[in-house]
This record gives sequence, structure tokens and C-alpha cells, in this order.
Amino acid sequence: MLSPDEWTALALSLRVAAVAVLASLPLAVLAAYLLARWRFPGIAIVDGLIHLPLTLPPVVTGYLLLLLFGTQGPLGRFLSEQLGVVLAFRWTGAALAAAVMGFPLMVRSIRLSLEAVDPRLEEAAATLGARPLWVFATVTLPLIGPGIVSGMILAFARAMGEFGATITFVSNIPGETQTLASAIYTYTQVPGADAQALRLTAVAVAVSMVALVASEWLARRGRRRVAGL
Amino acid sequence: MSLQVEIVHRQGSFELRGGFDAPQGLTALFGPSGSGKTTLVRAIAGLLKPQQARIAVDGAVLVDTAAGLCLPAHRRRIGYVFQEPRLFPHFTVRQNLGYGRWFAGEAKAADDARLIDLLDIGPLLARYPGRLSGGERQRVAIGRALLSAPRLLLMDEPLSQVDAVRKAEILPYIERLRDELRIPIVYVSHALDEVVRLAGHLVCLSQGGFVAAGPTAEVLTRTDLTMFAQRPDAGAVVAATVRRHDPEYRLTELACAAGSLWVPQLGHAVGSPVRVWVRAQDVTLALQPPREVSALNVLTGTIASIGHADPSTAMVAVDCGGVTLLARVTHFSVDRLQLRAGLPVHALVKSVSFPIAGHAMS
Repeated sequence: MLSPDEWTALALSLRVAAVAVLASLPLAVLAAYLLARWRFPGIAIVDGLIHLPLTLPPVVTGYLLLLLFGTQGPLGRFLSEQLGVVLAFRWTGAALAAAVMGFPLMVRSIRLSLEAVDPRLEEAAATLGARPLWVFATVTLPLIGPGIVSGMILAFARAMGEFGATITFVSNIPGETQTLASAIYTYTQVPGADAQALRLTAVAVAVSMVALVASEWLARRGRRRVAGL
Repeated sequence: MSLQVEIVHRQGSFELRGGFDAPQGLTALFGPSGSGKTTLVRAIAGLLKPQQARIAVDGAVLVDTAAGLCLPAHRRRIGYVFQEPRLFPHFTVRQNLGYGRWFAGEAKAADDARLIDLLDIGPLLARYPGRLSGGERQRVAIGRALLSAPRLLLMDEPLSQVDAVRKAEILPYIERLRDELRIPIVYVSHALDEVVRLAGHLVCLSQGGFVAAGPTAEVLTRTDLTMFAQRPDAGAVVAATVRRHDPEYRLTELACAAGSLWVPQLGHAVGSPVRVWVRAQDVTLALQPPREVSALNVLTGTIASIGHADPSTAMVAVDCGGVTLLARVTHFSVDRLQLRAGLPVHALVKSVSFPIAGHAMS
């Protein structure tokens, strides 16, 4: 049904999105906790920085990533010289771009569910002998579970659809950085490749639908659990 | 075996200042809303950091701001039953109960079974909190606090959010805990009927100050406390035992230090201890022994003190052989009868005026 190249693009997209979501999840929980529970000077700036990719043109985000994480960028050089990690023009770079773009969505969703957690439950846990880290692990974390799941799914869907930042940062190399979106773009630029473009479009629609339906189902299940039924 | 508290804490224009000792048994913290009761128990539990305080339970110092000591809440081993049950919605009743015990690390299965039995929550163990009634939730919350092996139990108006039916359902359980567990209980309330029924010891707060403390029966009959005198339900608590029942007239005779009291028939067995609440407005005073009156109970005693209740009435405390009764009389009557401390009087108590205040303190 799909050609090997098309399969490669789909598999790469799924891998990039999955890695982007899983790797940024702990950071997203931390950032959401910081924004929801802490009051410190400069919180508005941190909040703004996290949400910046939501409002910036994706090309700008991609270009900034290239400047920072490119082979000549300050962070990119540090990573390749000290840790041997190269992001520019690699699928890992595509994952970074996808993570940055999906991050605000994930943080937002987790933060909203954190703000809905009754702090009085956490107080009760403390009086029962639970130290703060245990309170977080046994009370807070389970209660924000639905928010985490829906944040992950939103970020995953965003990562699957990522195009502008990815193509600016890591280009469009088949088999390495050519995701579903980049592949569709390529096909639309080639005369007579309408069929391929259409097939991949259908795949994109299907993946998005599955993600949204799964998210709704999980959210409903989570709400029941959190309501104590 | 007790709690000692000394505290100074300021919040805006409000200041809580003073201290109290709570002996074994149940101590009520009583006062109107905004008097500082919740601030005080939160400081004891470690949910609020007082500006200056020394708090010790059973000799173990939990807070001593002078020495820079303030244990965090999770290291105090103080059980806390809040106004609302605060059960963890994602855990079953069994898991909720096990939560505190797991951190206490002192699994005592026999105690668990006894407590679950005492609170009648065995049939609820597999359910989630969302599927419990309000009264059941509060009972589970009490069990959860107790299973964490606390050295002190704080109860912050645990019955204020439940209706009268649920309240009547939970009160006997609290009485059982008070009588059967060896942990001091501090019970916050602004409901006088709960205090009368539960507390052996009473600490009164008003606008952040500690205005009175002592055995409940003594504090309630102090005529200098307008906090009580102003209330229409002000009265005295009398400890008594059931002497006999009269099935024909459906009455029960109680024996107390002041003599015998006739009340509407009780279900209690002969010999069992009861506490009765004699409201001041149901007591009439006479200088001569009354004859041919409908009131069944006439107790003799001497006036201990007279206090101002409101612009029209005074509160008179009468010592009847060691039992102190309160009578609400008009200022006019005080002047007309020339009532004063030390004057012998007869107190008439209508037999129908006895709300029963549960079992006696053990």
C-alpha cells in the first residue's frame, strides 16, 4: 500500500514524535509544577519563554535552534565535543524541534490539572506521615495523570504535524530527517506525485484521529478515577 | 500523656496568644468563628509555622521556636481529621486506611481489625470514596488518621459539614474512640451540644485569646464568661447514674451528687452513667422550699456566683452539694429576691428539660 520510502517517513515521524514526547515529559512536569505552585520573581519571563514556540513562526524557532544547536552553535559545539551528540541534520535534531514545539501544549495541560488538585489532600497526606516527595508521588502525580496523558497526546499530535521548525533546523533528508510532513511537502513539489502526497495525507489524518480518540477515551477514564468512582 | 501548647502568632490584625494543656481524654477547643481555633490546631499539626511557640506531646518537643526547632508535619505523628474528609479519591477505602499506617511502619493487624470494627467500616473497604455517604467518608477519615499510629488526634469540626442525621450517626463513634483508645484527642467545635457530650476538658478561645480552661462542667458554669451566658442554650453538665425506671409514668430517676433527678424515661440500664445537660433557662430559683409545684426536681444549694448575661437577665450559679447548676433569671428578680453569693436557695428543674448528653466520661 505504501512504498518503502513512505513507510520510512511514517516510521521516522512516529519515532521522532515518541522520543520528543517521552524525553520532554519530566521537564514538562517540572515546569508545570514550577508555574502552578511557585511564586518567584521572573515567573512571567519563564512562562513566556515556555510558550514562545506557540506564537513564534515555526521557521523562527527552527532558525533559533539552528543557531544554538547547529555544528557551529554554542550548545551544538558543546554537545558534540563533550558528549558526542550531534543534533544538526539528524533525526535527533528533528526530535528536539518537535519537543520544543510540543512543550508548551504539554506544560499547559499538566499545569491546568495541577491547579485543579486540591492542596488539602496533600496536607492530609503530610499529616499521615508522607514526606513531600512521597506526597507528590502518591497523591499529586496520580491525580494529574489524566492531564499528563492528554498533554502527552497533544504534544505527540503536534510533533507529528511539525514541519517549519524541523525543515529549517535539520532540513529534509530522506531516511534521516524526512518526516511525514516533509515528505508530503516534497511530493507536492514534484510533478506527478499527487498520488503519493494524497496517500501520506490519508495516513496523517488517520494517525491524528487515532490520537484524538485515544486522548478523549483516556481523559474520560482518568476523570472517573480522579472523582473517586 | 498530654499536650502542652504555648503560642504567639500574628496574621494581619489578628493575634493568637496564650497556651493550654490537654490531659488524657477529649479536650474541646471551643469558640466562635474567627477566634483562632483552626490556626491553633494547624500550628499543632505542623501545617502552619507559628511565629513563637513551644508545643510538646507526651514530653516530646515538636516545636520550640526559641531553640529553632519546628518539626515538619510528616514527622510529628499527629492524626488530623479535617472538616471535610479529604479522602484520596484515587484510592479505595482500604488503600486510604493503609496510607498512614504504611508511613508509620508499625503494622499491627489486630489493632486494625479492632479499629475497623469500632468504626463499622469493614463493609466499605473495597469501595472508592466517591461511592460513600458523607457520614461514611468522615468515619473512614477518622480511621485513616488513627491507623497512622498518632500520639495525638486533632479533630477540626469534623461534624460541621454533615447534616443532623449524619452527626447523630458519627457522635457515638467518637465517644467510643474517646473511651477506648489511649490517645489524647483535641476536638475543635463551635457547637455547644458536641462539647457537652464529648469533652471532659474545655479550652475557650475568643478573638485569639485563651479565655478559660478546665474541666467542662466547671468552665460551663462560670458566670463571668459572657461567651456562654449570652447563648440561649447555656447550661450545666451534670454527671449522674441511672437509679431506676418508672414504666408507668415513663420516667427515669437519676442519682447525682445533688440528689435525685427525674427525667423522661431513658433506654440506659440501671446503674449506667449518663451526663445530662440542664439548661439555665429551665431552672427556677426559690428562697422558700416550694410546695405543690409541677416541677419534679427541687434541689437545694447555695448561690456560688452571679454574672451578667445580657441587658435583661443574669446568670446564677448554684452549688448543690458539689454539682453546680445554672439558672437564668431577670435582673429584676435578682434585686427583688436580693440574690447574692452565699444565699441558700432551692432550684426547680422541670423534668422535661433534660437533653441527654450521651454516656458519662469514663
